[in-house]
Amino acid sequence: MAVLEELKEALMAGNANKVRELTQKALDEGIAPTTIINEGLIAAMNIIGVKFKNNEVYVPEVLVAARAMHAGMDVVKPLLAGDALEDKGTLVIGTVKGDLHDIGKNLVIMMMEGAGFKVVDLGIDVPVEKFIQAVEEHKPQLVGISALLTSTMMQMKKTVEGLAAYRDKIKIMVGGAPVTQKFADEIGADGYAPDAASAVDLARQLLAS
Amino acid sequence: MLVVGELINSSRKAVAQAIAGRNKEYIQELARKQVEAGAHIIDVNCGTSIGEEDKVMTWLVTSVQEVVDVPLCIDSPSAEALAAGLAVHKGQAMINSITAEKERWQEVLPLVQKYKAKVIALCMDDGGMPESVEDRLRVAGKLVPGLLEAGIPEDDIYLDPLIKPLGVNSRYGVEALEAVAALKEKYPKVHTICGLSNVSFGLPERRLLNRAFMVMCLTRGMDAFILDPLDTLLIGLLKAATALAGQDEYCLEYIAAARAGKIKA
Repeated sequence: MAVLEELKEALMAGNANKVRELTQKALDEGIAPTTIINEGLIAAMNIIGVKFKNNEVYVPEVLVAARAMHAGMDVVKPLLAGDALEDKGTLVIGTVKGDLHDIGKNLVIMMMEGAGFKVVDLGIDVPVEKFIQAVEEHKPQLVGISALLTSTMMQMKKTVEGLAAYRDKIKIMVGGAPVTQKFADEIGADGYAPDAASAVDLARQLLAS
Repeated sequence: MLVVGELINSSRKAVAQAIAGRNKEYIQELARKQVEAGAHIIDVNCGTSIGEEDKVMTWLVTSVQEVVDVPLCIDSPSAEALAAGLAVHKGQAMINSITAEKERWQEVLPLVQKYKAKVIALCMDDGGMPESVEDRLRVAGKLVPGLLEAGIPEDDIYLDPLIKPLGVNSRYGVEALEAVAALKEKYPKVHTICGLSNVSFGLPERRLLNRAFMVMCLTRGMDAFILDPLDTLLIGLLKAATALAGQDEYCLEYIAAARAGKIKA
């Protein structure tokens, strides 16, 4: 399946057009859509994630890689039967009430989608009730809570507390510039990730445990 | 040109440690070095001291003012911490920052009035981060008239256009620059200020971008920066660009800095 290797290379180089072509070529060669996604598109994004964590690639390179991944997904997704793709899990994510920052959260969303997770983005300034509502509605395995201000970290604590009734069904991940592992432990979150690529590792760990 | 030294910030590990251990000498040395390097105001931020930020802010302000004569920029997302710092500050402080977010505005405005402080007014409101030059002008259109109406002199207002990372969107640099020019045109007597490090987030060799961005902002009319005064190349460029922009009569400041060995090619 040399075409998948080529596909991965093109994706990591951020070449959306080539990824689109090679995804089509892989389909023409009879490779199953799920194989193309898991062993081509997602596998390549995983490599990008590791490189990002090691400071070998930078934010804009991750963005173009993600764009290329979506170009490939657009080709292959319509061919999937509803349940053919292995369900990696659902993440509901948002920035807490009082906090309007979204850049870090959006990077996490991109990496999580890149890793094959379904992501429900609640946006910024999200009150506790909206997190609860989304958990009821989307039945996620994971909830991601972001805060960029030292003054909104306490809102993060309230959000974790507000989700107390669902803790047997969800794992809560927290992150954002002022957040630390220590703070995450203090407020009773299930995990903390210092950056977007680590968030994917954390999500996998939490789901495996 | 106004330089606010940014180094006493608890998001920097060494500073967080110094604060945790109440290492007064370290903090004082950091303040002294920044003033020697040309900072006119020293920013103090202890946001990571959760639960005791008021106390720590009081300690920071008094410790720093024991050794330097310049005013401080009291920097916190918590209005209580701002109040604590302002209460013990000697001279005219700067507040970092007020925004057009309803709650923030109501909490911080009385402090600006009470302490007759200079204030950094960040171009954001309850609608979120500004997405365009127009967004910034719209928010500044609430901030500036609001502050003036509250009796704050134009000369004490520093508009911050809110700088977003270039790495996330390659238009964010030029968007910020156009915002600076537009704000300056609309409010010629109000100052504009920004921090430099946001712009380079997620990219390699960040100082290069910070330095270039500073020069570019300056050419669009920005007249105050929150920066690392110990970056000697940055300070050298700042002095050179100020002179080139016609804001250093007879280039005397540039010459003096060079003669004192503070700037070097």
